Amino acid sequence: MYERRVKYAIDWFTVIIYLILVICGWISIYGASHTFEQTELFNFDYRSSKQLVWIAGAMIIGVITMLIDYRFYEQISYLFYGLMIIALLATPLLAHDIKGSMSWIVIGPVSIQPAEIAKVATALAIARFMNSYGYRVNSLRDLIIPAIMLLVPMFIIMVPQKETGSALVFASLILMFYREGMTPVILLLGVAAVIFFVITIAFAEATLPLGTGTWGITACMIMLMIICFIYVYHWLKLPRFAFILAGINTAIAAIALTVNIWLNVNMQYVSIAIVLFDAIYTALLGIAHNKRDTIWIAVFAIAAIIYCLSASILISKLKPHQRNRIMVTLGVIEDRAGQGYNVNQAKIAIGSGGLWGKGLGSGTQTKLKYVPEQDTDFIFCTVGEEHGFVGTTFVLLLYLTLLIKLIIMSERQKDNFSRIYGYCVTCILFFHLAVNVGMVIGLVPVIGIPLPFFSYGGSSLWAFTLLLFIFLRLDAARLDRL
Amino acid sequence: MINDKYYYRHWVIMGIITAVVILYVCRLFYLQIIEDKYRRQADSNALVHRTKYAPRGLIYDRHGQLLVFNQPAYDIVVTINEMSKTGGCARFCRDINIDWEYYVDRMSEIKNVNTNRGYSRYTPQIFMTQLRMEDIAQLQEVIHSNHPGFAIQHRTLRDYTYPNAAQVLGSIGEVSQNDIEKDDYYARGDYAGRDGLEYTYEKDLRGEKGEEILLRNSRGRIVGNYAEGKYDSEPKAGTDITLTLDIQLQILAENMLQGKIGSIVAIEPATGEILALASSPTWDPALLVGRQRSKNYNILSNDPTKPLMNRALQAQYSPGSTFKTVQACVALQLEAITPNTTYPCSGPGSAPIKCTHHHGSPVSLLNAIEQSCNPYFWLAYKNTLEKKGYGKNNKDFKAQYNRWRDCVMSFGLGHKFDDSDLYQQSRGSIPSAELYDKWYGATGWKAITIRSNSIGQGEVQITPLQIANAAATIANAGYYITPHLNKADSMLTRRHDTKVDKNYFRYVQEGMWRVFEYGTGRHHKIPGINMCGKTGTVDNNHGRPHSLFIGFAPKENPKIAVAVVVENAGYGATWAAPMASLIMEQYLTDTIARQDLKQRMVTSVTNPNVKKYQ
Repeated sequence: MYERRVKYAIDWFTVIIYLILVICGWISIYGASHTFEQTELFNFDYRSSKQLVWIAGAMIIGVITMLIDYRFYEQISYLFYGLMIIALLATPLLAHDIKGSMSWIVIGPVSIQPAEIAKVATALAIARFMNSYGYRVNSLRDLIIPAIMLLVPMFIIMVPQKETGSALVFASLILMFYREGMTPVILLLGVAAVIFFVITIAFAEATLPLGTGTWGITACMIMLMIICFIYVYHWLKLPRFAFILAGINTAIAAIALTVNIWLNVNMQYVSIAIVLFDAIYTALLGIAHNKRDTIWIAVFAIAAIIYCLSASILISKLKPHQRNRIMVTLGVIEDRAGQGYNVNQAKIAIGSGGLWGKGLGSGTQTKLKYVPEQDTDFIFCTVGEEHGFVGTTFVLLLYLTLLIKLIIMSERQKDNFSRIYGYCVTCILFFHLAVNVGMVIGLVPVIGIPLPFFSYGGSSLWAFTLLLFIFLRLDAARLDRL
Repeated sequence: MINDKYYYRHWVIMGIITAVVILYVCRLFYLQIIEDKYRRQADSNALVHRTKYAPRGLIYDRHGQLLVFNQPAYDIVVTINEMSKTGGCARFCRDINIDWEYYVDRMSEIKNVNTNRGYSRYTPQIFMTQLRMEDIAQLQEVIHSNHPGFAIQHRTLRDYTYPNAAQVLGSIGEVSQNDIEKDDYYARGDYAGRDGLEYTYEKDLRGEKGEEILLRNSRGRIVGNYAEGKYDSEPKAGTDITLTLDIQLQILAENMLQGKIGSIVAIEPATGEILALASSPTWDPALLVGRQRSKNYNILSNDPTKPLMNRALQAQYSPGSTFKTVQACVALQLEAITPNTTYPCSGPGSAPIKCTHHHGSPVSLLNAIEQSCNPYFWLAYKNTLEKKGYGKNNKDFKAQYNRWRDCVMSFGLGHKFDDSDLYQQSRGSIPSAELYDKWYGATGWKAITIRSNSIGQGEVQITPLQIANAAATIANAGYYITPHLNKADSMLTRRHDTKVDKNYFRYVQEGMWRVFEYGTGRHHKIPGINMCGKTGTVDNNHGRPHSLFIGFAPKENPKIAVAVVVENAGYGATWAAPMASLIMEQYLTDTIARQDLKQRMVTSVTNPNVKKYQ
């Protein structure tokens, strides 16, 4: 009975997309790793040949994963999570320093990155916790515990292992929390945080036309003024007071500019002062009209001021290479020789592919090693150069299909554990895709994380396979539940 | 399900994911389809275009003697990006034997994007060109180990069998920015013909460059040919050119002009082929090859005797008495005289033009040519122009003048040979009626006003090539083939008929024959050959008269027409006539019997300022 049911419930559509991605990945590695002089197909000095071994291993992992009883994964999750935390803690002690990262354990010819497997363990553990009886996502306790479960591996990977990229992946689970009922305010705050950060940093060098100070913080302050105005006008429905607020703001700015004729006024600080005034004004209005929630707008405004001020300080506290990556991506600095070199070469490789690409094995930029890491983190360059816009679009659409399919599959689960785990898988894969491709095409700072199923390497391929196939196993058993 | 009220949120998440993918596809569309610069950058990253230079065409004389060929040469190229950051420049300067200032200047020239538009830190830039084996001998072995960034590139330079014909052959030099902009075949560091035949036949001689596309990896190392050499091309060697010049004749002409200023032009009348085109002073063409080129070029261009000027084509002289041959033809054609017309001559007492020779009177046409009688040609000229009177406002007179001018110009005088391959000819001048109108007013001039024209003085100006061509025209009895230098070029063998009836020419030929038999050329006749000629002694403002001679031989079947001009040397019969005679002897008999005469011509110096550039 059991055997038959598993067989029939396997989602073959997903399996086939997975296989296509793995094959496309292998073709790209083949294209990237063979130099022009060396063209033998099977030579285990080449990464494309080694990758065949990893792919074979991944198939075995996939099959074994499908054969194990679905209940096993939920039962084992806490133990698995605990073991992975220990493994993560031990890694920096055993690891070799590979390009500044302490996340690799080298055993003979094989390098293993436990951080990759930690994603699977964390996803399972959080899914189990959130599936527990009486769990309510909007209670503070029930949000903090999974948050801690998330932050612990994130912290270990980021600080002792110095592997920021893999650590940031855990932040993507915020989408899963949102689906499970977390207030969208947190999501919006997250978006606001990103916008304020980008504006503060990107325009930190642009000086204001009048007075002293820069556009970065001033622009953020003007946005906050507009938010206060809209809030008073629209939510408090007090248009008269909204216009009084706008009038006072304009008056303060006008006075400051007048004084500026004789004395140098830092308009940046004037704008901060105006926002402080607006925050208090709005809060008092709210209290006066019995709308106590208004206090949060004031808190938000003041927090935003502190955040923007600290953002410019924070950026100076980052490691030089991390700061450079952010600066280069935001276009603040142009650095073709240093950090910008990688991104520029990646763009050249992709951009030179044109519509149809140069053909498999004919990419000059990737083969001649202009693009760094062209078979791991920058594998997408090879796709772009050798298969052109047609190739890159095809690959992106494959991923989009897989992610949409995973959401549909998550929604058809009958239990919370499977659904939550399904969303974890979706979030992790989406984050990898968005950051990896975004980095290669110059939209996201250079963060070294692999492209799922594509990039060369056993650890990541096996970890993603395990991640996906556990969900496929859970999905296969959906008819068995309830 | 407890979370069902949040079911809608899966749409939000799908939306976010789809939005990101769409954003990325748009970005990729921009990068891969719209923006073109990445493709270009990719090519300049990885592809190195290396020129394979074509060997330049060789140049032969009319008998197949090799005149111009190629010798190996070397360029030094520098890739700024690969240069040593720690110096070693002093050592480099020592190895290549240049001074420090030159090095610094050259480097800043290379890096100046305004003058060196193709500059890139990553591609080889020309540092020095046209070095010979001995220049780079010291450098060659150590260039890779001691001077990173520098490399030697193999080229070819011109070399010459004979130290002669420099002005005719011309020279090659590095192309200028202007050349590169005008013709996209050229790239920085290419050579092209700068003057002479090298310039005229540049497109034939240069051949076609080939190109090799190499792959360079990110460390700058060449790792092989792009696409297995599918897009490479082999250079095509330039076309060889066979000239009409007879190099032995050219050598003789140049030797005789040593120590003198002047030129000798010899033409085969039947074909218009130029047998010799000598101009003095001249230089050894090898002096304008290689690194010494610009230094020597400066010396030549600063010499007050102007050796760079090809006098055979560019110098303009009054033809003097040699012009009387043309005058005779035209006067006969315009029926001012008949072959039997006689005019009186009072010798030195003649007016308005006195005669410088002593002969009987009256004088016939043949005698007038033989004795170079000035009054005869003045009267013939006067009769030509005033035959129909003056008419209203001198209209008839001017019509007749224009008829005379057209006839004269139909001998190839006073205009360039536009269909010729000769480089930089001067026009010469047969003055127009309009010019005289401007000078004297519409009715202010008559035959007497311009009487000097009758004897080839005055405003009539010709180049040695033109007067040699006039001699060839008389030899042909009425036509000439455009004088040219490329033997194979059929385009240039165009026939030009004069406006003089061919029957008139035999009288002039007869007169010119008598010059050698009884007249001013009688001392320079080659025994056994019927020779025709006419001397000229041209007064000028720069000292002694110019010595001129035109002639052709043999009379019955002319094989060679010659013109000789020796500036400020004296009588035509003293210098130009013997030189012309020796040229004809050399060409017709292939040897010189009159070695004494030849020796005297070669060794005598009429202008002590003329330097020898060997």
